[in-house]
Amino acid sequence: MSIIADPAAGASPASPAAREPAARPRRRLSIGWGLGFALPFAIAVAWEIAVRSGWANGRLLPPPSRIGGTLWELAESGELAMHAWATLWRVAAGFGLGAAVGTILGAASGANRTVRQLLDPTLQALRAIPSIAWVPLFILWLGIFEASKVALIAVGVFFPVYLGVAAALASVDRKIIEVGRVFRLSRLAMIRRVTLPAILPAWITALRTGLGLGFMFVVAAEFMGASEGLGYLLVDGQQLGRPDRILAAIIAFAVLGKLADGLLVLVTRPLLAWQDLGRDKL
Amino acid sequence: MLAIDQLSKTYADGNQALERLNLTVGNGEIVALVGGSGCGKTTLLRLIAGLDTASGGAIRLDDQTIAGPSADVGVIFQEPRLFPWLSVADNVGFGLSHLSAFEREGLVANALARVGLAEHGPRWPRELSGGQQQRAAIARALVTRPRLLIMDEPFSALDPTTRQSLHRHLLSLWDESRPTMLLVTHDVEEAVSLADRIIVMQPNPGRLYEEFANGIARPRDRMGVAFERLTREILKSLDQSLRPAAHAVAAAAEGQAAWW
Repeated sequence: MSIIADPAAGASPASPAAREPAARPRRRLSIGWGLGFALPFAIAVAWEIAVRSGWANGRLLPPPSRIGGTLWELAESGELAMHAWATLWRVAAGFGLGAAVGTILGAASGANRTVRQLLDPTLQALRAIPSIAWVPLFILWLGIFEASKVALIAVGVFFPVYLGVAAALASVDRKIIEVGRVFRLSRLAMIRRVTLPAILPAWITALRTGLGLGFMFVVAAEFMGASEGLGYLLVDGQQLGRPDRILAAIIAFAVLGKLADGLLVLVTRPLLAWQDLGRDKL
Repeated sequence: MLAIDQLSKTYADGNQALERLNLTVGNGEIVALVGGSGCGKTTLLRLIAGLDTASGGAIRLDDQTIAGPSADVGVIFQEPRLFPWLSVADNVGFGLSHLSAFEREGLVANALARVGLAEHGPRWPRELSGGQQQRAAIARALVTRPRLLIMDEPFSALDPTTRQSLHRHLLSLWDESRPTMLLVTHDVEEAVSLADRIIVMQPNPGRLYEEFANGIARPRDRMGVAFERLTREILKSLDQSLRPAAHAVAAAAEGQAAWW
């Protein structure tokens, strides 16, 4: 038997007319991006004018033109690419390791009460330790080279991912789990078809937070005896008395961090296409 | 046939939700359970769905004991409970993963067409209205062709017009394969409109209070004299079931002292 849809049941909000208002926030978003650039741009222009007019000497805080020039020199000589690549490699390795362990332990802790009672107090205590406190221990354990740096970054990435996954699992809506139970899903099928998709948005948010912390921890890692990397460029700038190099490295950090986060959002966006509100915020 | 025998449920906090409840529902019959809050209607449905475990008694569907979720029992919840990460079509086909993609797609397309959502299969649930989402939930529950369909206030969150539209959809779908249906509702008119039998439950602990056969021919005219008379009788019974005296009578009838 075929049943005709009853118009009384309401027109779909997916109709073009219903979708039209959704376009407005996007326009506001692009204006917001422009506004976001306005303040730093205005400060940069003002500082440039101040230095060129002789109102400030720009020795400790060079004008944007000098920082740009330094960035250009570093890029032309290949130094910038070398340092950026070294930093990126460390962040990628540390992020991969920290995210993997954080996801596994977070999943175990969120899904099983006994594991949570066993793990969580210790991990919460470890979380309170400042990153820099790990440095001497990691150098002793893993040496001065790459392993200790990657380990420190992994520690930074681990905690937000662990907490995000554990909290997301613990708060999966009982009602959708019941739907899975009604359809007699096995434990494995429940995880694959219900639990994992349900925690996906929180997991991606945790990964983004972890990635951001990874970029913070890489600076601490590269302070411990690195010969390359953007962190090394910071130390080098300090020792040479070159604030333009320090600021160039900071700008490179900001650009790399933003690009890495953008890449993560780009890769994961198709997985979250179903979200109602989150898409435009990611 | 659904046979419930001496069913009891006491929660861990000591709350006795159901006490030695007996109920039989014939094949293809639609039975509505009405009653005040706390009379154990939802508890009863959850026990039949296998989502909770009974403290005592047994539930049998065609002589098979129900001790957990069963392929023969479909459930429609108060909310649509569609998975937001699946398309409407994938939601409807959620319980058909054991079939080939070809078979599944055919059944899903047919189920969507039957609830008037043929064009909405590729959409996300968020793109549907509340009424459309509940229709998708009905399609999901019926596409597996369960022998028993239980519904826990499935239309309570909808406006009256959408609700009546869904009543018509549901009865049309029921007419195809005639599954046994057990409906919990707070809306007496809804019960009279849909059910062959209406059972009033009383609270503290949940028991059956009174039963009404509904012989009004379908389609039922809500303005008809018989409809209004039956609705009034049920409302009166419902009112009486909530008075403490009713509990005393019921308890005395079973040879027990009333708790108060």
